[in-house]
Amino acid sequence: MSPLAKLLEAALFAASRPLTVVELATLDPEASEDAVRGALAELRAAFGEDGHGVELAEIAGGWQFLTRAEYAEPLERAQFALRPRRLSPAALETLAIIAYRQPVGRLEVDEIRGVDSGAVIEKLVERGLIEVTARGEGLGRPLLYATTPQFLEILGLGGLGDLPRLDELSVALQPPTPAESE
Amino acid sequence: MTAATPGRGPQTLETGAFVVELDQFSGPLDLLLHLIREDELDITDLPIARIADQFLAVIHDLGLDRASDYLEMAARLLRIKAQMLLPRRIGEDDWEDPRAELVRRLLEYQQIRELVGWLQAAAAERAERFGRGFEAPAPDLPPPPLELQLNDLLAAAERVVALIPEPMLHRVVPRPLDVEGATRRIEALLAEREEFGWADLLDPGAGIVEILSAFLALLELAKRGTLSLRQPAAFAPVVIRRESPRETA
Repeated sequence: MSPLAKLLEAALFAASRPLTVVELATLDPEASEDAVRGALAELRAAFGEDGHGVELAEIAGGWQFLTRAEYAEPLERAQFALRPRRLSPAALETLAIIAYRQPVGRLEVDEIRGVDSGAVIEKLVERGLIEVTARGEGLGRPLLYATTPQFLEILGLGGLGDLPRLDELSVALQPPTPAESE
Repeated sequence: MTAATPGRGPQTLETGAFVVELDQFSGPLDLLLHLIREDELDITDLPIARIADQFLAVIHDLGLDRASDYLEMAARLLRIKAQMLLPRRIGEDDWEDPRAELVRRLLEYQQIRELVGWLQAAAAERAERFGRGFEAPAPDLPPPPLELQLNDLLAAAERVVALIPEPMLHRVVPRPLDVEGATRRIEALLAEREEFGWADLLDPGAGIVEILSAFLALLELAKRGTLSLRQPAAFAPVVIRRESPRETA
């Protein structure tokens, strides 16, 4: 491995969160972001082929060492790690709507789900999966919510672009029409 | 699990042809989709009368007909059902399918459900891989002691008090009963006479306190066996009679 790849390995080993290319580039003033990307690819390949217990994952816009899925059970049994609590269907519905419509207000979420989503939204904010990013126009200037990097992290996504495209779903819809008033 | 005859929701339920659990639905749209899938109906050409009846039957059966979200959907379905019954001229071009908005929402919701499945799978996959720095979750701490300012407490109390429509004030005046005094009095009377009436025991102008005191003293003495109480007829004056004192008394 190149010296830069080893340096990145050390940094990624030390960090307990995903590190972005920009952050990693600060390790070596001589290294360009492209060089870092190249070294990351090298590192990922090294950990991919040699049969390591950990792999380099691209998550939430950054890079992070994660244990391989096949070891989840023994690690959890020995209590060295713990799977996070699963999200309820109501929480996932709300997240899905916010992920695709962000920034979006509560009323629109309510409208699509057909139920009051206030409590669910509050919980998601508490868990750091969504946040208020703006206020809408209109009556009362409603709070508008968007997903956070934490949202990408619990899904293991590199970015919002990794979400399925709506026209790839079996239920393909036209872009949202303005909600008809009742 | 299929519903039997169209438009016979309640009967179907009573015979237990299908059973639905409340918790498995995240809202009225979810329930509606469930019913549509169950009967393999065409979502774009909904038999609205049938689905409306089924929906009503199910929410009634689940006790959901008190939940506003479900009620609102029920009302919407009934309205569409009524609109579908209105006659329309053949070849009428500007006829707007009253189901269109509902179908749009159902499709939209179906799309969300599909995304939920995708997110679930992604989250489950991610949950199998652990990052560094795991710390075992701390055990649940006992709730911290309540800390509050006096003003907050007073304000909260005021809010509660303000909710009471019209305070019912009731003046309570302590009027201690004098059972001991009454007992002495009865014993004095008994020493004099073997038998006397209730009226002899009380002054003509006796108040409620004196009456109660005398009554309690009588009962107590009767219990002890000092005297016996007798009422010759209903509502007749009570006759109080001396009993031979017990050896132990």
